[in-house]
Amino acid sequence: MINTKEVIETNEMIEKENLDVRTITMGISLLDCIDSDLETLKKNIYNKIYESAKDLVRTGDQISREFGIPIVNKRVSVTPIALVGGAACKTKEDFAEIAKTLDEVAKKIGVNFIGGYSALVSKGMTQADRLLIESIPLALSQTDLVCSSINVGSTKTGINMDAVRLMGTIIKDTAEATKENDSLGCAKLVVFCNAPDDNPFMAGAFHGVTEADRIINVGVSGPGVVKTALEKVRGENFEILCETIKKTAFKVTRVGQLVAREASKRLGVPFGIIDLSLAPTPAIGDSVADILHEIGVEHAGAPGTTAALALLNDQVKKGGVMASSYVGGLSGAFIPVSEDQGMINAVEAGALTLEKLEAMTCVCSVGLDMIAIPGDTKDTTIAGVIADEMAIGMINQKTTAVRLIPVIGKGVGETVEFGGLLGYAPIMPVNGFSCDAFVNRGGRIPAPVHSFKN
Amino acid sequence: MNKIIITVVGKDTVGIIAKVCTYLADSGINILDISQTIVSGYFNMMMIASMEGTSKDFNTVADDLEKIGKDIGVVIKCQREEIFDSMHRI
Repeated sequence: MINTKEVIETNEMIEKENLDVRTITMGISLLDCIDSDLETLKKNIYNKIYESAKDLVRTGDQISREFGIPIVNKRVSVTPIALVGGAACKTKEDFAEIAKTLDEVAKKIGVNFIGGYSALVSKGMTQADRLLIESIPLALSQTDLVCSSINVGSTKTGINMDAVRLMGTIIKDTAEATKENDSLGCAKLVVFCNAPDDNPFMAGAFHGVTEADRIINVGVSGPGVVKTALEKVRGENFEILCETIKKTAFKVTRVGQLVAREASKRLGVPFGIIDLSLAPTPAIGDSVADILHEIGVEHAGAPGTTAALALLNDQVKKGGVMASSYVGGLSGAFIPVSEDQGMINAVEAGALTLEKLEAMTCVCSVGLDMIAIPGDTKDTTIAGVIADEMAIGMINQKTTAVRLIPVIGKGVGETVEFGGLLGYAPIMPVNGFSCDAFVNRGGRIPAPVHSFKN
Repeated sequence: MNKIIITVVGKDTVGIIAKVCTYLADSGINILDISQTIVSGYFNMMMIASMEGTSKDFNTVADDLEKIGKDIGVVIKCQREEIFDSMHRI
């Protein structure tokens, strides 16, 4: 039987160390909504999402109440809209209409975000893909809850540099279209290489075409829990350090597994995966940078940071994989800047640069995330940063992503406030040397060889 | 299987257990295990109880206990047992 010590440990994790289930995300296929008439398509989409997810928020809240564990977000992800809207949408305004429908139904069912305003263009773009991408600035400026993601490369296909170049411009245009709100639109737009089909985290969640009709994916978190556990093993060797992270990740993941199973049962929707990510929030103590500090670097960004992060990421996976048979999504440590107080402090102290963050993304999940850059950064430069990050993903057979926010009207030294879970960020300098001739070449970077690995 | 864990944390005072137990008895909730410690003047109690014999649902019990806690100045939390089982048992 459970003893007092175990009960107190669990409740301290929840009450003092910010243990939570970060999100229950319901993936919904919209493939059966397709129609060549836009109005019919919009109606089909609204009805399918409403009928599938109308009880999601209430069920999540009830589970939260019964187990005494906060479930911070309830979200919906849908089939990439470029696939769904291709037959009906002839202009970018048509696509933006679908975004409005998604926003409307998301508000109606009370979810925090809806993801899947997406296109998968890792090798080439259809006319619909291009229209959807071109509609992003309009779509994100007219909606509140819609998130957009574009997959522009993969290990199997290489990198679609036409799409990378286009995204450089689209990110700038989205920043411009939402400049009244400190270019907030860009916080809901992410560019991927090797995007997973079952990611529950925003802004990159979409419901892949290989998935079932509906699915429940759960993202767990708990940087604060890992940090507190590590405080108890200060000065110990790497074996003890790694053991401690693994055990903690196991416990955290088991909670996610429980919540996922319960949500799946109550909603009558199959359970998909647990995403074992350490996802920070701006709350004090809920920081991945603080874990790196606890492991032994003065600030995130100091020499040793990449190794510390590699170790952390790997141990989280090892502990989590033992705790759940179905692990998927991104699964690892997230290193967003604006959402992590420790990262913000590191940037302000001058310890952390864009280049170091890029190096860190080689060994952890996701990539250059929630980084505010000067509003006058050229779109070719943004495309160059995207290309670098996509190359890391392509060569290393991992997911990488870019979520940059060029804050219109602001420059290095200023800060930008996004609010809520998105936090605030100091604007970071970007290398100003030109890559125009590189990104303007056009075409694709071929897929890499899968042998001769060094 | 329908078990709940009730935790009571707060400043020690007369009759905490009595109040909680009276409520549980009146509701038909059977106590399976109970343990308590006092750490630096703070009262810590953990109870495992069975919901099998009660007609009240989880939310009502949790709300009622929370209210009793407020009245006597302690924090009473009610959670389903599975969260602890999942985390601490393989």
